[in-house]
Amino acid sequence: MSRSSGSLPRYLLTRLLLVIPMVWILLTVVFVLMRVAPGDPVQASLGGRVPHAVIEQKRHELGFDKPLIVQYGRYVGGVLHGDFGQVLSENRSVTNVLAHEGAATLELSAAAMFVALVLGLSIGVLIGRFRDTPIDVIGRLFGILTYAAPVFWVGILLQLLFVAKLGWLPSSGQADVLQNIDLSQHAHTNIYLVDALINGSWGDFRNVLVHLILPGVTLGLLVCGVFIRLVRVNVIQTLKHDYIEAARARGISETRVVLRHAFRNALVPVVTVVGLQAALLMSGAVLTEATFNWPGIGHALIFYLNQRDYVAVQGIVTVFALIVVGVSLVIDIVTALIDPRVRYS
Amino acid sequence: MTSEFMTPTAATAETTRGVRRGRFAGLRRALAPVGEARGLPKWVLYIGGVLVLVFVVFAIFAPWISPYRFDQYLDSHGHRFPKSGPPSSVHWFGTNIMSTDVFSHIVYGSRTALEVIVIAVVISMLVGVPLGLFSGYYGGPLDRLLVLVMDAMFAFPSLLLAILVAFLLRGKFGFLGASFSGIMSAAISITVVYIPQYFRVIRNSVISVREEPYVEAARVLGAKPRTVIGRYVFGNVVQNVPVIGTLNAADALLTLAGLGFLGYGVQPTEAAEWGYDLQRALGEASGGIWWTSVYPGLAIVLLVTGLTLVGESLNDLLNPVLRRPQLLPVNIVDDVEGEVTSADTH
Repeated sequence: MSRSSGSLPRYLLTRLLLVIPMVWILLTVVFVLMRVAPGDPVQASLGGRVPHAVIEQKRHELGFDKPLIVQYGRYVGGVLHGDFGQVLSENRSVTNVLAHEGAATLELSAAAMFVALVLGLSIGVLIGRFRDTPIDVIGRLFGILTYAAPVFWVGILLQLLFVAKLGWLPSSGQADVLQNIDLSQHAHTNIYLVDALINGSWGDFRNVLVHLILPGVTLGLLVCGVFIRLVRVNVIQTLKHDYIEAARARGISETRVVLRHAFRNALVPVVTVVGLQAALLMSGAVLTEATFNWPGIGHALIFYLNQRDYVAVQGIVTVFALIVVGVSLVIDIVTALIDPRVRYS
Repeated sequence: MTSEFMTPTAATAETTRGVRRGRFAGLRRALAPVGEARGLPKWVLYIGGVLVLVFVVFAIFAPWISPYRFDQYLDSHGHRFPKSGPPSSVHWFGTNIMSTDVFSHIVYGSRTALEVIVIAVVISMLVGVPLGLFSGYYGGPLDRLLVLVMDAMFAFPSLLLAILVAFLLRGKFGFLGASFSGIMSAAISITVVYIPQYFRVIRNSVISVREEPYVEAARVLGAKPRTVIGRYVFGNVVQNVPVIGTLNAADALLTLAGLGFLGYGVQPTEAAEWGYDLQRALGEASGGIWWTSVYPGLAIVLLVTGLTLVGESLNDLLNPVLRRPQLLPVNIVDDVEGEVTSADTH
C-alpha cells in the first residue's frame, strides 16, 4: 500500500491536466458549430424588422464585427472567467439563466435520481435474489422496457393515467401561479422545494412537491434500468460467496442475509455508476422538461434555439460541456480512490 | 458543410472496396455461431427478429398495407376525417389532431424510421470504422488527437449533440428533394452521435490485433500497409460491427423520436414520424385522448425492443468470451458462471 499510494497523486495530476485539452476541444467545437449556424446571430435574434443601423450597432457592441479569431479569444476568455455571454433576445445573462432554470433542472434531476435509486435498488435486489424465476423475468423485462420506451412517451402515459383518468396530479409546470409568484419573490436558492422549506411555507412545499412527482418519476424510470441490471448481477455474484453460506449456516433469516450481507456489498459499484448517468440524465431532462413544460435549462435551450438566439445557445451548451468534463473528472478520481488498479493503467 | 461531411465517406468507401473479399470472409466466419444457436438465445433472437421483420414489412409495403396516405385527411367523398376521432371501424387506431389516420402514420412511420436508421448506421460505420482502423494501426499524435475528440463527443449528452447538428443542418439537403432532405439531415445528426462508438471499439481491438504474430508476419513479408490493414487486421476486428450496429440502430430510433418530439426531426409535410406525432399528442393527453399517443409510442417501444433483443443475442452468440459451451446440460457449474458473465455486460 505504501508504495502504490505514491502513484495516486501522480495519477490525479495527469487526470487533472487532461481536463485542459478536453475543455479546449469542447469549447472550440461549440464555437465552430455556432459560427457555421445558418444566418446572422444578431439579426436572427432581433427579428426581421429592425433597422439596419441598429443591427450594426448591436453587432459592434457584441463584437460580432471583429475577426473570428478575436471573437474566439473573447469567448474562451469569458468562459474562463465564468462569463458565458448574454441572451440576445432577452435582457439577461446566461449566468442568470443558469441560476434560475438550472436550479429547476437540478430539482428535477435530484428527484429523478431518488426515484431511480429506490426503484433500481429494490427491484435489482428482488430479482437478483429470485433469479431465473418468473419474478426475475418480469423484472428484467421491466428493465428493457425502461430503456425501449421514450421518456416523453412514458410522461404522456403517466399524464393519461394520473391527470386525465384519476385527476390526482397536475399535468405541467413547476408550481401553480400563486405559489410561483410567492416563491420567486422570496427566492434564496431558486430551488423551489428548498426555498419553500426555508420560507417555512407548508402550502408552497406541498404544491411544488405535487408538481414534481410526475416529471421526477418519468425521468427516474429512464435511469433506473441501469441500476436494476447492475444490482441484479452484483447480488447474484455476492450471494455465491462463502460468507453468505456461513451466514445462512448460522441460522440468520434469508431476508437478513440478502439485505444485510449481500445487498451492502452489491452497492459499491452502484456508487460509481451513479455519476456515469449524468449524460443520460441531461438528455432525458431536455425531453422530460419539454413533456411537462418544466422551466428548466433544457427547456430554455430549446426555447432559445427556436428564437435563433445563438449566443444564449452557445452559453448553455458550453455549460453542459463543462458539466460533462467535471462529472467525468470526479468519477475518475473517485474510482481511483476506491480501486487502486485504475492508477496503474 | 455538405462537402466536408461527404469527403471522408467517399474516401473510405474507396479504401474498403479493395478489401471486400476479406471482409465478407471475416463476416461470414464471425456470423457462423448464429446458425448454431440453441435454446434461449435462439428464441430471444427469433422474437427480436420477428418484431423487426414486422416493421420492415410495414416499411416496404407501406402503400399497400396502409388504408390511407400519411398526409391524407379527406376520404374518397371529399369529407374531412374527424379531428382526434376515437378508434372506429373506418379508422382502426383513430385519427389525430391533424385529422390524419393514426394507423397509417404507424405504417408510414416505420418507413421513415427504417430509412433514417439504415442511413445513420451505414454512414457512422463508413466513417467510424476506417477512422478507428487507421488511428489504431498507425498510432501517433493524430491518433491521440482523434481519441480526445471522439471521447469528448462520446461524453457529451447524445441528444443535445443531435439537436445541435439537426439545427445546423436544417434545409441543407434541399437538393435531395423535399421528401428526402428531412430524412437525410435527421440521419446525419444521429450519425454524429454514433461515430465515436465505432471508432472506439474498432480502434481498441486494432491495437490488440496489431501486435499479433500473423500481422507481424504479413508486415515482415513486405505487405503494403493497405493490405495488412485490409486483409489481416480488418477481418479480425469486424466481428464487433454487427453487434454495435444493431444496438445503435435501437438507440438511433430513440434519438430520432426525441428529435421529432422536440421539433428538430423529419418535418410533418415530408413523412410520418412517430416522435413528431407524440409531440402533437402531448397537448391532448391531459384531456384523456389516448389513441394518438399510445399507438405511436407502442410502435417505438416494439421496434426498439426488437432491435435490442437481436443486438443482445448477437452479442451473446458472437462474442467468444460470452458464448456458452453448447454440449453440456451436465456441467452445471460452468453454465452458471457463463450466465453471470453474460449478464454482466448487458
